[in-house]
Amino acid sequence: MDLRAYRDIAWNGWWKQNPGVVQILGMCPTLAITTSIVNAVSLGLATVLVMAMSNLASSLLRNFIPYEIRIPVFILIIAALTTVVDLAMNAYLHSLYLVLGIFIPLIVTNCIVLARIEAFAAKNEPLASTLDGAAMGLGATMVLTVLGAMRELIGNGTLFSGIEMVIPGAHEIQVFGGDYPGFLTFILPPGAFFALGCLIAGRNWLEARRQARARSNPPAPQAPAAPDPTSAEPA
Amino acid sequence: MSQPTILGLSTRTAGAMMAFTAAFTALMAFTYEATHEQIAASANDEKMKLVTEVLASDAYDNTLLDDYVQLGPTRELGLDHGGRVYRARKAGAPAGLLLEATAPDGYSGNIELIVAIRPDGTVNGVRVVAHRETPGLGDYIDPKKDKDKKSPWIGQFAGLSPAAQPLDAWKVKKDGGQINSHAGATISARAVTNAVARAARYAGANRERLFGAATGASL
Repeated sequence: MDLRAYRDIAWNGWWKQNPGVVQILGMCPTLAITTSIVNAVSLGLATVLVMAMSNLASSLLRNFIPYEIRIPVFILIIAALTTVVDLAMNAYLHSLYLVLGIFIPLIVTNCIVLARIEAFAAKNEPLASTLDGAAMGLGATMVLTVLGAMRELIGNGTLFSGIEMVIPGAHEIQVFGGDYPGFLTFILPPGAFFALGCLIAGRNWLEARRQARARSNPPAPQAPAAPDPTSAEPA
Repeated sequence: MSQPTILGLSTRTAGAMMAFTAAFTALMAFTYEATHEQIAASANDEKMKLVTEVLASDAYDNTLLDDYVQLGPTRELGLDHGGRVYRARKAGAPAGLLLEATAPDGYSGNIELIVAIRPDGTVNGVRVVAHRETPGLGDYIDPKKDKDKKSPWIGQFAGLSPAAQPLDAWKVKKDGGQINSHAGATISARAVTNAVARAARYAGANRERLFGAATGASL
């Protein structure tokens, strides 16, 4: 694989096939944990770690996994690596672990992890697979972070609340001052749907504008990319 | 190549599955071995952090978390499944009791508390250990979520003493007491206030028994 292929993988995870706003996969953590930036980034990075490691492991083992039982083996790999991340966070980032609570084990059930193994790591070499897992994870993390920022800012008037659990001594930012009354709806689950809807709309608008521009300047310097085999429409 | 028999196929795949299971279980076991001491230490640190907030570390000189009595289900403390009382001592003399207590009547289920009571019955401090009160509304009972960082709501309990104020008067203002609560979110404050009053009454009535019991004893 050349550099161009790696760039395409990264671009897929970040934008073209972004798990959060294009594939709309893994919504349980996306909606549940994004009440603040710190929660969102922490869970996002845990997901990146699990996705990169499980893609790597599955890719390395892909020639030894009998086709008939590949799904149980993939789930086993994901569950084992999530347990490793869970134990490590419990040991070394304990106060953060207390906040993220049940959501770390739930990475196992995040369908984006299995989806990337089945769609990518099972057919590709280890390096590309690791990159794919990390890029998809980072794409999800980006969406989580923006969602967390929107909800925390509108709902609570702060940014980075809880940062002292990750960086001792750091302080949250009171954006609107201490008197901000708060907007509870945005902290509660409905706010997650409103914010996610806005994000999807924003991404679609940017993409539509980009395509319109590409059409109005017909002689494109590069041939259009071949259809991505992994870009199945989300159900 | 002949068609594999069902038995042959299942033996082969079961073997592979077994091998993968063994390998990844070993990975998990190794990680557990490598982290479990650190996890226990972190959990202990976390508990001590909370303890330090309700009882200054120079107020006692024993190993607080090791000096406890185990309570069975105790209605006065709202403990349906029992809990612990930690005993602070300084030079052997009683320096305070740390009671685990539960307020069963929060807006959204149980609110778990830790209440520190001095030997004379005065409340030294209260902290919320776990709760599910509405974010941004009732969660000011937890000083980490309280917008008023200088004098958080829960600080009102420190120094409350049954000698100066009869326990029956430990109530939120809405109920005729003197504990402030935020408008529109009285239920959370009332639940905590009543639980603190119950804990103080329990500690007063059982002081000798709690301090006298052997370490680790079940009452």
